[in-house]
Amino acid sequence: MADNNNPKTESHDPGRRNFLKNTGLVVGGVAGGSLLGGLFTNQMKSDDGKKGTSDETAKVDPSHARVFFGRFEDFIVLAAATELIFPEDDNGPGAIGLDVPYYIDKQLAGTWGINGDDYRQAPFTNLEGLKKIQKDDEKVNHARANRGKIFLEGLRLMNAESMKRFDASFDQATEEQQHEIMGDLAEGKLDMKSTPSDAFFALLKQATLEGAFSDPLYGGNKNMDGWRMKEFAGARPSYADVIESEEFVKLDPISLTDYHRKK
Amino acid sequence: MAEELKKVDVVIVGTGWAGGITAAELTKKGYKVVALERGKEQSREDFIGAKDELKYSIRYEMMQDLSKDTVTARSSMDETAKPVRNNNYARFGNDTGGASVHWNGVSLRWLPYDFEIHSQTVEKYGAKKIPENCTIQDWGVTYDDMEPYYDKFEKTAGVSGEENPVGPPRSDKYPNPPLKTTPSIELFKKASTNLGYHPYRLPAANMSETYTNPDGETINACMYCAFCEEYGCDFGAKGDPIVTVLETARKTGNFEIRNESTVTEVIHDGTKAIGLKYIDNITGAEYIQPADIVVLAGFVFTNNKLLLKSKIGKPYNPETQEGVIGKNFTGHFSNISTYIGARGFFDNEKWNLSMGTGALGAKVDDYAGDNVDHTDLDFLHGYEIRYYHLGQRPIDNNHVPEGTPAWGKEYKEKNLFYHNRSLIIRAKTAFLPNRYTYLDLDPTYKDELGDPLIRATVHYEEQDIKRAQHGVETCKEIMTEMGADIIDLVDVPDDVKFDSKFYTNHFLGGAIMGEDPETSAVNTYSQMWDMENLFVLGGSSFPHNSNHDPTETIGAFAYRASEGMIEYLGGEGGLLVEAKQTSKA
Ligand SMILES: Cc1cc2nc3c(=O)[nH]c(=O)nc-3n(C[C@H](O)[C@H](O)[C@H](O)COP(=O)(O)OP(=O)(O)OC[C@H]3O[C@@H](n4cnc5c(N)ncnc54)[C@H](O)[C@@H]3O)c2cc1C
Ligand code: SF4
Repeated sequence: MADNNNPKTESHDPGRRNFLKNTGLVVGGVAGGSLLGGLFTNQMKSDDGKKGTSDETAKVDPSHARVFFGRFEDFIVLAAATELIFPEDDNGPGAIGLDVPYYIDKQLAGTWGINGDDYRQAPFTNLEGLKKIQKDDEKVNHARANRGKIFLEGLRLMNAESMKRFDASFDQATEEQQHEIMGDLAEGKLDMKSTPSDAFFALLKQATLEGAFSDPLYGGNKNMDGWRMKEFAGARPSYADVIESEEFVKLDPISLTDYHRKK
Repeated sequence: MAEELKKVDVVIVGTGWAGGITAAELTKKGYKVVALERGKEQSREDFIGAKDELKYSIRYEMMQDLSKDTVTARSSMDETAKPVRNNNYARFGNDTGGASVHWNGVSLRWLPYDFEIHSQTVEKYGAKKIPENCTIQDWGVTYDDMEPYYDKFEKTAGVSGEENPVGPPRSDKYPNPPLKTTPSIELFKKASTNLGYHPYRLPAANMSETYTNPDGETINACMYCAFCEEYGCDFGAKGDPIVTVLETARKTGNFEIRNESTVTEVIHDGTKAIGLKYIDNITGAEYIQPADIVVLAGFVFTNNKLLLKSKIGKPYNPETQEGVIGKNFTGHFSNISTYIGARGFFDNEKWNLSMGTGALGAKVDDYAGDNVDHTDLDFLHGYEIRYYHLGQRPIDNNHVPEGTPAWGKEYKEKNLFYHNRSLIIRAKTAFLPNRYTYLDLDPTYKDELGDPLIRATVHYEEQDIKRAQHGVETCKEIMTEMGADIIDLVDVPDDVKFDSKFYTNHFLGGAIMGEDPETSAVNTYSQMWDMENLFVLGGSSFPHNSNHDPTETIGAFAYRASEGMIEYLGGEGGLLVEAKQTSKA
């Protein structure tokens, strides 16, 4: 693993991908976990467009901590993968800037991650059977493994595949290389035990969109920027006075935090 | 051992529209009614601030807890059925008010043709027009018989609407004027009119103005807040059982809802029902609630499961076509009846698509039922074309034109660009019953209590596919006239199969009504032929599926059944209509 670069040497590139690369390098190095966490959240902070000063660090969001993912390495692959699906661009932040990785981490730690609301009696469908199912979400539903296990297997496989093909971890791979792996994943070409890889892709994409567009109370859609990009006004009580408008009506979004507080 | 409780006049499974209407009508007459509801207690207050897409539309907070009980599904008798494991594939009602609380509010009458589908088809086209395996039959009532009950339901639920230019006759207008309109609704109407169709506004149980129903319940004016479908109403502005019939029943002092009570069996002596057996979900204790009249209003799957498990009526056998329980299962299956049509992407238009209400929109009925001559068409019955403005929410709506990459920069760009620039119009098609589409008990999978799950076998016949394809073509025609820059079709392939999705909650049949006990389970008062004090209500009694949504018809038949129950309790008992022995035998 080529991990001797100094993060600073690439500091001319302020982009998120570069950050991931750099952090990935540190993962391969010797730095302690707390330092990694600090780096990662710092970077998330800079989405506000402000510089990550020490003052900023003091205000680190306490929800920026992992509850499902034990290994930071898995989390950083997740972050890179979600950012690849929903990248930062001129419209606004991408998955990382919206806190999507933290959203997914929290969801996986809850009922959803263990399929707690689903019917879970055996017999389940084996891998061959799952491949024959048409809809990707149905493949996941009929798999024996729960969503948490599918996520861990999928992310580690993406990383291992990247190491194998490019001698670089997924987050350090070039954008083109990452797209190649994501393409194979989406087409069901990577071999997973729990479910066909296209089903994992669908799950990852669904979770990414949820994290970008659900109410910020769940830890994603930071600053409601996901909604702003879609020009969605959130939990507005009423549109009775504007619904008939011929023109597009742009309104500032309201989150449930605001809505409930009014009660 | 189940503890036997004190007898009441009427015991009901379920508190949706079917159970709720029964409760209101009988308690108003002074009868003591107990409703057993498997889900939790809930009231309007639970819905204040319920504008949380993740919780309600993605994680399905209000739907049945499938970890305890679900259905299994397969697309032909040769397959092994798989359980429906996740709510993404099933949206069945739960908790006080059932699915009738988180419905959109589209309130439609069915057609005169629907109730006499067999005889009208034979009369107009000859018996040969009916495909070999198609098991359509008359219901034993006519539209004229049902009209007063429809009127009653519309007034109770407070339907906002305008007369359908090609619809059946009405004794009165809708109790409320149509909802507000929007530019995209007007665009749909204009395009359809240009093509010679007759669009009209969707009748909606979302109030266009504050309204007090004949029972004295006030329903507030709708705010177009767009968290309607799959949600309870924040403002008490949707005609649902909580703000109407359950409240009416409660005020009489004769009504009790027992929540967290899962009914497991109908206790009977072979000729009469004695009561319902249920388990308290919290304590696990078992009870029997005896009653003079027992009502099953637990939606199609529970109704059929309880009849089969309690060994009431003869189970349907698709090989011999004998027996009735489970027969003529139909529905608005998602990939053939509902989520098909044309999506248009508009580069130079932008609409306020995140505003709206559950049943805001317009529709075209020119191809509904038998409105168009079927002589040269290769299907019976028809479809309606619908444009909804129900308020599109951001997680659930990420539509990009076909050919767009599934992720990355271009995906994001188009996802955001088209969010308020794409419209879908859909064909809602009928599905006619056939010999191989039915319900029975699953041989493998069990519910939490160890009872078999109900199994749905759904086979699509050629005419169902042709009807749907015709519908998609008409959607395409209208979307083209609407001027979309890109049109993607949600098409129906020739070899389409049931996708095991129970998404619409428009499922019907299994305990169907008719005039002849050989071919039907209940009479037109929803009274079991085999058990005079057992009434089975809801979509389970519909012998086929129309292109129209079912709930208003469920409500209308609940009014009719309640009238029958009142007559039954006040008189000598017995069957409310005599059986007509018209069966082939
Ligand atoms: C999202 C959504 C939108 C819809 N929109 C429309 C629409 O716009 N127009 C339309 O016509 N229809 C619509 N429907 C369908 C409509 O909701 C149903 O047709 C209607 O609610 C059926 O009424 P019901 O009383 O028969 O059943 P439900 O309302 O489902 O009530 C049945 C009740 O029985 C309870 N129950 C079931 N089994 C048991 C048991 N064993 N023990 C105790 N209790 C039990 C359930 O918990 C439930 O509360 C929609 C459905 C959904 C899911
Ligand atoms: S759109 Fe109207 S009826 Fe629907 S939840 Fe909002 S206020 Fe209630």
